[in-house]
Amino acid sequence: MNASELKIGESREIIGFSDDVLSLKLIEMGCLPGNQISLNYIAPLGDPVCVHVEGYDLSLRKSEAASIIIQ
Amino acid sequence: MKIALAGNPNSGKSSLFNQLTGMNQKVGNFPGVTVDKKSGFFKDAKGETVQVIDLPGTYSLYPKSEEEEVVREVLTNKEHPEHPDLVIAIVDATNIKRNLLLFSQIHDLGIPIILALNMMDLVRKRKRSIDNILLNSRFNVPVIEINARTGIGIQEIKNLVTLPLAAPDRIYFENTGSSGNPDHDQRVETLERYKFLDEKLKGIVHDPEKINTTLTRKLDPYFTHRIWGYGILLALLFIVFQAIFSWAEWPMDLIDGSFQQFSSWLADILPPGIVANLLTEGIIPGIGGIVIFIPQIAILFAFIGILEETGYMSRVVFLMDKIMAIFGLNGRSVVPLISGVACAVPAIMATRTISSKRDRLITILVTPFMSCSARLPVYTILIALVIPDELIFGVINLKGLVLFSLYILGFLAALIASLIIKQFVKTGEKSYLVMEMPSFKMPRWTNLSLSILEKTRTFVTEAGKIILSISIVLWFAASYGPGTAITESQKAVNQLAAENQWSEEMTQVKLDAAKLQSSYAGHFGKFIEPAIAPLGYDWKIGIALISSFAAREVFVGTIATIYSVGETSDELSIKEKLAKEVHPDTGEPRFNLAVGISLMLFYAFAMQCMSTIAVVYRETKGWKWPMIQLAFMTTLAYVSALIAYQVLR
Ligand SMILES: Nc1nc2c(ncn2[C@@H]2O[C@H](COP(=O)(O)OP(=O)(O)OP(=O)(O)O)[C@@H](O)[C@H]2O)c(=O)[nH]1
Repeated sequence: MNASELKIGESREIIGFSDDVLSLKLIEMGCLPGNQISLNYIAPLGDPVCVHVEGYDLSLRKSEAASIIIQ
Repeated sequence: MKIALAGNPNSGKSSLFNQLTGMNQKVGNFPGVTVDKKSGFFKDAKGETVQVIDLPGTYSLYPKSEEEEVVREVLTNKEHPEHPDLVIAIVDATNIKRNLLLFSQIHDLGIPIILALNMMDLVRKRKRSIDNILLNSRFNVPVIEINARTGIGIQEIKNLVTLPLAAPDRIYFENTGSSGNPDHDQRVETLERYKFLDEKLKGIVHDPEKINTTLTRKLDPYFTHRIWGYGILLALLFIVFQAIFSWAEWPMDLIDGSFQQFSSWLADILPPGIVANLLTEGIIPGIGGIVIFIPQIAILFAFIGILEETGYMSRVVFLMDKIMAIFGLNGRSVVPLISGVACAVPAIMATRTISSKRDRLITILVTPFMSCSARLPVYTILIALVIPDELIFGVINLKGLVLFSLYILGFLAALIASLIIKQFVKTGEKSYLVMEMPSFKMPRWTNLSLSILEKTRTFVTEAGKIILSISIVLWFAASYGPGTAITESQKAVNQLAAENQWSEEMTQVKLDAAKLQSSYAGHFGKFIEPAIAPLGYDWKIGIALISSFAAREVFVGTIATIYSVGETSDELSIKEKLAKEVHPDTGEPRFNLAVGISLMLFYAFAMQCMSTIAVVYRETKGWKWPMIQLAFMTTLAYVSALIAYQVLR
């Protein structure tokens, strides 16, 4: 499963990434394997989405969220 | 002594920089790249001058953009002219682990480092705590708690920099580069650093309760709602637009009036001659043409500053990203584009907030298509001349409809141009959205006023130079002619005046027209006539085209002078006069529908504005893009005016 499939309010553990370049950026921003990620809300047009990780909010495109593999 | 401020985006770097340097700051350029360099200085506790440089915000030393590359270069290259003797690493304490990642990377470079722990007020508000004495001993570097908003801890920093600080021992990891895949190696190293930080932070951060019901949590559902969200955005954009359009009007009129008065006062007291002319008709109006933009720039940047400081700008991006991405633009392009309807100059400066280089460049290139307020007088006079006063369906005024269509046309041109440019501009940088959604905060007025001051100063000094030079050239071209052309043509007018007993006013009007016609600008107008004849223009319109390169609205004034209208402020008299002009070959009115539409299209698309060119030069740091833009827009203007005229005539 990946983070673009989360439902609003649902929280799951990050287990890995599927995009090499993007993963480094996400890790640097605090999206670490082992952390919980939850979906806050989705933009009106269905994209981008806003997630919560490690105590702060992050907004990313759906395609970017899809590169975060969750449990 | 040189110190550098480094930290994550939004960690409070700019606020700390403002606290340290106050008014002693300037914006320059890192050599070779288009990244702004904010530098300044302060006097330390011993009274010695300390240079401070505010590095761009970054999450790590593995660069993903040109800005982040600068940070890495400055900090790792000991030969770099900006290489600091000391780094102040600003750490947002509400998100300490992630912020310490960058700190740990800088720590390993062998430069003395101070850890400035910022936003502790927010940590306490959330009933958490951080033991900074323990932090100090675990990392073995000075830790200072600061509040970059209120200035707590600033004096301590100023005291500390006077002490000799040794570089900390390297304790971390090296990127071994063993796997041959740099992305992989960097990831492995980053994860190890985090593991290390987890160890080090044990017992330092006390996190008794996670509170999720902050103000931000309560407000965000409204700000990103599919109805309220866009409603609020639209209302805010409307206010911004109103402000630059109408609030700026009276200070602009004031500036305009004062410069005119000053000019005529000088003209009265100076002995007539070239110096007086240069001053009163060239330099002073030229400077006036720069100063006139300040109200709009200040107002726009006040709003943008508020949007950024409060954290609302990230919501704008969130709402608009999907739509704007279709056109190769960015959620942040919305504010510059809308501001472009008032004036492209502050709008282009506002593209600063777009972090993707490519998106920013595209926004800069298309913003001048938005119908700015300087086009309005040109449109008004042309519409009055050639569009009949008719009602469509009995309610819609045709003149109003044409004006509205011209605004829509500008907007569509901007979007279509983005689509086209998107295909050509490749920076090799992949466009990501991934960004932090900062929590909502009250703006700081001192930060706001410093940013307004800085934007204004940059515009006046950088773009101002170019605007002034072009004004002087245009003034010269319109006031002097080859040989004795001007004096002779004026002699002829005086003779006619004597024969026909013209009034003094009438004579003066005719004299002005004769002067302009036989000036260099007049000759140039005749020179380009063959090129513009297919668009339906004669050499007189050619002169207006050339002189309105200074600013589009100059078209009206020049046309008035050339056709000897006299008092130019009266729209009606210009209209009546122009309506009587006949085409020498056909005997029909000079300004018929075909010519009028052709001119409107020309002004809709052409880059007829030296100030915009100057500001694009400043923002892209070179002549390449303004020249491409000028060529692109002029070609489009020429072709569409040509088609319109040939079809309609
Ligand atoms: N509560 C609180 N807010 C702060 C503190 N320091 C800075 N801020 C606010 O945090 C926001 C971001 O601060 P900036 O100084 O613009 O941050 P920056 O790191 O320069 O951000 P970029 O310009 O995006 O790199 C502003 O709204 C500041 O007023 C602090 O100690 N406490």
